[in-house]
Amino acid sequence: MTSTVPRTGTVRLAAESVSLAYDDRVVVRELDLQLTDGSFTAIVGPNGCGKSTLLRALGRLLRPVGGQVLLDGRAISRTPTREVARVLGLLPQTPVAPEGLTVGDLVARGRHPHQSWLQQWSRDDEAAVSEALTWTDMADLADRPVDELSGGQRQRAWISMALAQGTDLLLLDEPTTYLDLSHQIDVLELVARLHTERGRTVVVVLHDLNLAARYAQRLVAMDDGRLVASGAPEEVLTEQLLADAFDLEARIVPDPVAGTPMVVPVRRLR
Amino acid sequence: MTRLARPPAGVPERVRQPGETVVRVGPVSGRVRWRQVVVALAAAVAVLLLGAVSLGRGDFPIGLTDVLRTLVGLGEDTQEFIVLQLRAPRIVVGALVGLALGVAGALFQTFARNPLASPDVLGITQGASAGAVAAIVLGGTAGGGVLGGVGVPLAALLGALVTGLLLLLLAWRRGIDGYRMVLIGIALWAVGAALVDWLLTRAEIHDAATAYVWITGSLNARTWAEAVPLLVALAVLLPAALATSRALAVVQFGDDTARGLGVRLVPTQALVVLVAVALTAAAVAAAGPISYVALVVPQVAVRLTRGPRPPLLASGLLGAALVVGADLLTRTVLPQALPVGVLTAAVGAPFLLWLLVRGRRSTL
Amino acid sequence: MRLAYLAVSPREPLVSSSTDAALRRHGPGGPGGAEGTAPQRGGLLQQRRTRLLGLLLLLVLVTVAATLSIAVGSRSIGLGAVWQALTDPGVPTEETVIVRELRVPRTALGLAVGLALGVAGALAQGHTRNPLGDPGLLGVTAGASLGVVLAIHLLGIGTPAGYVWFAFAGALLGTVLVFALGSAGRGGATPVTLALAGAALSALFYALVRAVLVSDTDSLDAFRFWVVGALAGRGADVAWQVAPFLLAGLLLALVNAPALDLLGLGEDVARGLGQRVWLARLVGLAAVTLLCGAATAACGPIAFVGLVVPHVVRAFTGPAHRWLVPCSGLLGAALLLLADVVGRVVVRPGELQVGIVLALVGAPFFVALIRRRRLAGP
Repeated sequence: MTSTVPRTGTVRLAAESVSLAYDDRVVVRELDLQLTDGSFTAIVGPNGCGKSTLLRALGRLLRPVGGQVLLDGRAISRTPTREVARVLGLLPQTPVAPEGLTVGDLVARGRHPHQSWLQQWSRDDEAAVSEALTWTDMADLADRPVDELSGGQRQRAWISMALAQGTDLLLLDEPTTYLDLSHQIDVLELVARLHTERGRTVVVVLHDLNLAARYAQRLVAMDDGRLVASGAPEEVLTEQLLADAFDLEARIVPDPVAGTPMVVPVRRLR
Repeated sequence: MTRLARPPAGVPERVRQPGETVVRVGPVSGRVRWRQVVVALAAAVAVLLLGAVSLGRGDFPIGLTDVLRTLVGLGEDTQEFIVLQLRAPRIVVGALVGLALGVAGALFQTFARNPLASPDVLGITQGASAGAVAAIVLGGTAGGGVLGGVGVPLAALLGALVTGLLLLLLAWRRGIDGYRMVLIGIALWAVGAALVDWLLTRAEIHDAATAYVWITGSLNARTWAEAVPLLVALAVLLPAALATSRALAVVQFGDDTARGLGVRLVPTQALVVLVAVALTAAAVAAAGPISYVALVVPQVAVRLTRGPRPPLLASGLLGAALVVGADLLTRTVLPQALPVGVLTAAVGAPFLLWLLVRGRRSTL
Repeated sequence: MRLAYLAVSPREPLVSSSTDAALRRHGPGGPGGAEGTAPQRGGLLQQRRTRLLGLLLLLVLVTVAATLSIAVGSRSIGLGAVWQALTDPGVPTEETVIVRELRVPRTALGLAVGLALGVAGALAQGHTRNPLGDPGLLGVTAGASLGVVLAIHLLGIGTPAGYVWFAFAGALLGTVLVFALGSAGRGGATPVTLALAGAALSALFYALVRAVLVSDTDSLDAFRFWVVGALAGRGADVAWQVAPFLLAGLLLALVNAPALDLLGLGEDVARGLGQRVWLARLVGLAAVTLLCGAATAACGPIAFVGLVVPHVVRAFTGPAHRWLVPCSGLLGAALLLLADVVGRVVVRPGELQVGIVLALVGAPFFVALIRRRRLAGP
């Protein structure tokens, strides 16, 4: 489990004019996006703009109806799913753990792509799981059932599983949903450390613009299935964008703590 | 967990679950869960003991030493005939049927994430029943006609396989959703049940009685002719079932997480359902749809092992113990010989109820 | 976000039409399609119109089905003769006797039983929040079967009118036991423990049924004609025996429907809105037991009406129970009568029992329904 040295600039994951649909309903239209190695990207946008859908496509959970997703330059739909799972980990929005499953078991399942029928529990597996548990501060809770944990602990357990998977890329779909503010910070700090200390390339869908601006290096803003802005938080979070995409009149002020842009809502437009 | 605790520096300590041992031999490695091993071993011992007792009991009792002598080829001719030709095949069929049904039930329940998803509820055994009853009722008097003998098991096998394939095809829409499968299964069940009920009203009453015993599940008059094909089928299907075990553990988390962890969802789903259907079909063809083994046993096994899902092997062995034990009871304790299916339901159902009332688990 | 999530219960069996509309507009934000906005005002008017139209169509359908049920049989009777038999008290002809003595009671019973099963299905699914909330799973059918088998085997009773009380008592016992056992665990009654308790208890009851039937061929001979579920051979006496229970059950169901709309938002929300949850559950349980028990007692087990009908009705009423419950009743009645008519026609001069017809016709329909609609995954 050696942390990879970020080779900044290399494109790891890319969407090439991707169109996404559920049945006949097109949700995302011809969208292009490139995610470079070692980056920390947050996808933001109003409800129903297609950001989670895009994340699912980036994680090969949804097959595009047009265009393609490339992982390390190779079409992700044509890469064996197991191979993908060794490079790219993902955490769905509200993952379900079966009742009675312990935290240790949950995190151990993250090793699935590295195991085979004969090799079900190698030293690497054990080391990775131990490290993931320790690193996320969950080691003491390893034999507690997941369903008995608090919301914040549960999210930590799932992140721990994604960590044990040992992938360079990590996609998270609204990891802070239903958490109080301090646990939101807790989870995002954890994700940010995965990025800075472990060199993970992180893509996260977030609702909270202020938190997104504070933790991510790059924001990708979507509206109605299209990409409307992309770049550093200062470039993306403008009053014009909030008016256009979110129908929100707002002032942008510097965050007194981090200096990143902070949205102060005024009123809803229209 | 509100603080931002830093992980301790240095080499992390090994985290191990209580009650497990890591085994590594050359390229092979794995974790042994002792609770699962103990339950499986206890069930296996129970099968052997019940089987040994069962060999000696019946209308013509034979002592345990004589049974053992007979097994190693030292018994009298009469005893040898009774033990090896009458009782042994019956017990072997019983054990294998229980094994197959237990494993099939565990596969279905884990896959559908629904404790009610068993071959009984999903209509597969009803399909088998419809096939068998059709053979009995349409095929001639009390199974003695053209379709008697070989015909009834064959019809049951076909009924189960056709229903199982229908289940797979109808529930298939870019992969199988466990929920959709259960709903489709209930529809198939209703069709099978309606066919059986209707055929029973059309039948001569003797045929109806024969058919009714068959759909209850019985080990009466089973011979090596039933045991051997079943053994062959299990030799293929059991390893296949165990091979899916690892993927199943991940499939349990839901489709998105499972695919994220690199499980090839579609082939895995197809394999699991096909193996479970084939196991059920083989069992039902041999002994009829012995009621509720597949439904109850995995639920009992998961509570005994306290794991997150029904253990495959332990479920199978407990199923074998249940069927062999119930068969022993029908032949010894009860005043009249009832089909074993009556007993498995009567024994298994209260046990599940007891666990339900006592336990804190509310789901799979 | 949070409210939008609540509006779509993740357990809602088939995504309701209003959610479908929201999805069409916006697309699911993620697994389960939790994101969406409130229906527009035009949508509400539209929905109201759809519901009224649906109700009207159902009433027409029931009328047509009832007319067919009186007119069609091994001997077809023209509509004029039917009208005459119903209105003219003059000299009885062969046709008027058939209509008055056979067809009308049979039709009335079918109407009542179909109504009961449809309503009970809607209630059971609402209370268990489970598309499999079929009364059969809650021990009604197994209990009734046991009651009938014991009546045949021990008391030598052999007519549908004689079975009624035993079937009803068995059904009552079954449901009460299932609910008692299902709520005895530490977690209380959850849909899953109820379903498990129902399955386990049904297993036990059927084991007893089978123990009797494999050893007593005479009982099997009587039981096999009861268990298919039929309207044939049930006279007006059977209908009168179960009528009070059906009526009481229907009243309770109508009272219970608005409470179910609150419970659909989750027990906590319902409590917050001033609903006494235990009372609503109790009334619902009583209604389901009365309706299903009486229906099964009268006709034998009839599957599929309670299971399929609410799913179909939900397509135009949406999840609002004050519409869903009565409309399910009407569709249940129409379905049962039509199935009975079909059963009389297909194997003339014999009859295919209504329970068989319903399973054979209902199952493919149900499968199509499941496959066509989006399923909200568990």
